[in-house]
Amino acid sequence: MHPIRKKRLTIVLFLVVGVSVAVALTTYALRQNINLFYDPSQIAAGEAPVDVRIRAGGMVEEDSVIRDPESLMVEFKVTDFSSSVLVEYTGILPDLFAEGQGVVAMGRLNGQGRFVADQVLAKHDENYMPPEVNEALEKAANKRASESGGQLETSAGY
Amino acid sequence: MWQIFHKLGSPKWFYGIASRLMPWLLWVGVALFIAGVIWGLAFAPPERLQGNSYRIIYIHVPAAFLAQSVYVMMAVAAVVTLVWRMKLADVFVKSVAPIGALLTFLALFTGAVWGKPTWGTWWVWDARLTSMLILMLLYAGAIALGRAIQDEKSSARAVAVLVLVGVVNIPIIQYSVEWWNTLHQPSTFKLTEKPKMASEMWVPLLMAILGLYMLFGWLACLRMQTEVLVREGRTRWVKELIQQGGTR
Repeated sequence: MHPIRKKRLTIVLFLVVGVSVAVALTTYALRQNINLFYDPSQIAAGEAPVDVRIRAGGMVEEDSVIRDPESLMVEFKVTDFSSSVLVEYTGILPDLFAEGQGVVAMGRLNGQGRFVADQVLAKHDENYMPPEVNEALEKAANKRASESGGQLETSAGY
Repeated sequence: MWQIFHKLGSPKWFYGIASRLMPWLLWVGVALFIAGVIWGLAFAPPERLQGNSYRIIYIHVPAAFLAQSVYVMMAVAAVVTLVWRMKLADVFVKSVAPIGALLTFLALFTGAVWGKPTWGTWWVWDARLTSMLILMLLYAGAIALGRAIQDEKSSARAVAVLVLVGVVNIPIIQYSVEWWNTLHQPSTFKLTEKPKMASEMWVPLLMAILGLYMLFGWLACLRMQTEVLVREGRTRWVKELIQQGGTR
């Protein structure tokens, strides 16, 4: 390669590496702000501020959804399978909201460790399946569970 | 390899080869894209949780995929501009930047339309969505900077530097869903793993992506040819070409 071109190429490489390092350091410093939500473990560990608008995200725990028959109030636990946080919300939930599904709730953590949400967003995963395949998988899982004599586990959504 | 690279320095050679490639790119691209989209929209099975609304993936993912890879291509061309001072590389950057901006807009728009029924919101400031918005601003910046500087050479260099600086955003978009907590789900397609999608859903998606790639190639060739004609307007081969009535 021509020496001038070699020199230019070095400059270009330095430019890209320099910018990458700068951006990497900035995003590393801001990582807590870039994270859209706090995990239940972070909240349990006291990392999340109390009485400030934050987001909490995780899975809706199975059999934890309690709907108030009189109003639109719902109560559920959000878990990351190591700890969980109790969320209460008044309003209409998105269609994809279900036990075992991911959610991101926006609201405030009150003094008693309850999370009072004013917005609940559903999160969906990267797995796309037609309904029949899902049913077949569930059937297989149930069969395996009953053969091994264990508890029946119903899977997400239904 | 190097021979082709050096030939690419000649706008005339490029004009000829592009003319021969373009019909293939156009027709195979149209066939693949239309077949993929129709298969996806009408014949692929509905999704277990999202029902039919997931079908917007057949537009959203190809657009987002292309938006990112067009930027990577622009960055490669920017290196060529800065190191080898090849004019055609700058022609490429200037010609495809608007296409990239449009694709990014399409990805953001279809994402918002998809987000409303599934997540419950049009927009959240999560890392994936925000970095994608930055990508659109980078495209817009590259277009504006290129137009703002009159002198061809300095405009080429300025845009190339901007495009190169912006390339750090690409890995951020790609890995945002893994590095940070986001509302956006992780990638369904990974190079090393089987797609996390039923095959009757991802085959049409792949067709749509490949088709859109070819359509992009066609449009890029067309725009580059136009740009080459404008820039080389005073050379002999362009005058001869025009006297022949534009036939190649």
